[in-house]
Amino acid sequence: MFRAEDFDYHCALMDLNFLEFEQPIAELEAKIEELRLVGDDNEINIEEEIERLQKKSRALTESLFASLTPWQISQLARHPLRPYLLDYIKRIFDDFQELHGDRGFADDHAIVGGIARLGGRSVMVIGQQKGRDTKEKIHRNFGMPRPEGYRKALRLMELAERFRLPVLTFIDTPGAYPGVGAEERGQSEAIARNLLVMAHLRTPIVCTVIGEGGSGGALAIGVGDRLLMLQFSTYSVISPEGCASILWKSADKAQLAAEAMAITSDKLKELELIDEVIPEPLGGAHRNVDAMAASIKEALLRHLEVVRGMDIDDLLAQRYQRLMGYGKYKE
Amino acid sequence: MSWFEKLMPSRIRTEASSKRAVPEGIWAKCPGCSAILYRAELERNLEVCPKCGHHNRIGARRRLDGFLDPEPREELAAELESVDPLKFKDLKKYKDRIVAAQKQTGEKEALVVMRGRVKGIDLVAAAFEFEFLGGSMGSVVGERFVRGVNAALEQGSALVCFAASGGARMQESLFSLMQMAKTSAALGRMRQRGLPFVSVMTDPTMGGVSASLSMLGDVNIAEPNALIGFAGPRVIEQTVREKLPEGFQRSEFLLEHGALDMILDRRDLRDRIADLIAILTHRPRP
Repeated sequence: MFRAEDFDYHCALMDLNFLEFEQPIAELEAKIEELRLVGDDNEINIEEEIERLQKKSRALTESLFASLTPWQISQLARHPLRPYLLDYIKRIFDDFQELHGDRGFADDHAIVGGIARLGGRSVMVIGQQKGRDTKEKIHRNFGMPRPEGYRKALRLMELAERFRLPVLTFIDTPGAYPGVGAEERGQSEAIARNLLVMAHLRTPIVCTVIGEGGSGGALAIGVGDRLLMLQFSTYSVISPEGCASILWKSADKAQLAAEAMAITSDKLKELELIDEVIPEPLGGAHRNVDAMAASIKEALLRHLEVVRGMDIDDLLAQRYQRLMGYGKYKE
Repeated sequence: MSWFEKLMPSRIRTEASSKRAVPEGIWAKCPGCSAILYRAELERNLEVCPKCGHHNRIGARRRLDGFLDPEPREELAAELESVDPLKFKDLKKYKDRIVAAQKQTGEKEALVVMRGRVKGIDLVAAAFEFEFLGGSMGSVVGERFVRGVNAALEQGSALVCFAASGGARMQESLFSLMQMAKTSAALGRMRQRGLPFVSVMTDPTMGGVSASLSMLGDVNIAEPNALIGFAGPRVIEQTVREKLPEGFQRSEFLLEHGALDMILDRRDLRDRIADLIAILTHRPRP
């Protein structure tokens, strides 16, 4: 069986899989690569030229990434090389022990959970897991959990509450799986119950969107004391494609829907729907996974320090007030 | 659409169909059994076909009117109105959609909440207005629901909610999504206090409303043959690329799969819910 833990992230990074809007960077990088090959059997020193081009590539990346459209960001959030939960777990946590199953029906591979140490202290880690290659994609059901996934998450959260472990959740899903079996086994109920239980769980909860925050399937592990987002992750009530096909009557208008829905981290921070944006390395998380993981770890430790120090009843009151504060209306 | 309607310029066609959507006239045709029914009789029967029992959709205010005792009644949070936090515009502006929905329904928003009594038992009742942007849940719907919960907590009474909704309101994006968490968290308080929440799912109860407040009833009830689920049947069909089983996502299907406590005819809801609450709160039969 394929195990994500064995996947060597860096072998996939050889080819950076440039997105369409990154084509100018891709062309420069190709040129650099070409020069390097020529350089081997040539007497002229072309080191200087390579350096010049590398600088140019960096500057180009900086300027391109300084003004990304929401649609481009949603492509980055779903980039084929985007680091997934297990890539981060390896780098952020020590002694991770995965815990499986919902005790009722099955073990959903679209959700990974387990206990670990973060900076020497015990925590519970829960999140959606996508697959890298076709085989693993199917194994992980493209990161789309079924009810048993949410029930596994719930079981682990309640376990965390019993042993006073803070819960750290990582959101990365296109949404809850829309399938016949999922409906039969109560997808709605599974999501709803998690929302209710998380709102009152007697242990700190810090949620981080690391890729795609897809609707109720994301929120079902997303209720807590802090909500963080990686810079190029997205969070929305429906996918841009889904929104476009309903409101614009055409999935081709996904770009417009992405603009209209305010799905990016900077927008959501501005609207005070999230607490913090964790900056990504130049070119996105996949360009430097170690640096990205280090930033996430730093942010988690910092927020945990605060919520851990609070009296649990005060923390729960604060969490409830946060939840009740969601929404904009006039009286 | 008939071949003749297809031939007509789209302008004329729209006018014709919008005229048809307005229920007027003396007679109505039952979508269930095609019987021609006397409109006034259908209304007296809470929009349930007296011939085949087909449950037509019913507006929020008429729903509450048929459910609550005539006195006393007090509408809650009626003054709340939507703002447009994202300045959302698709083919139409969100603001214009709200205004059109207000005109069409006479409601300010898609949820009506009232404090009142059922057979003498104090409670709070909420009903979704499906004709208002598909009964979708945005900031106002979420806040009104929570105010309803708070009123129930305050007076120590039960809460009953009649859902009819396509789900979260896309035009308020993440604000809408968060209403799922907000309403569910508030229901957690009802549980902590030991106050009953009776959830009634009517046709349709989908998406973000189904996956939050609606499935969290101490007692989950549905009307017959209501469409209830998380993902829409079309989305599922496109995903799994096979025909969906007969009766999929209908009340009877959900009862069979353990998601509901019971299916009740609309005409029995008032009596049965009153007694459910009475038993749960140790009262004699009302």
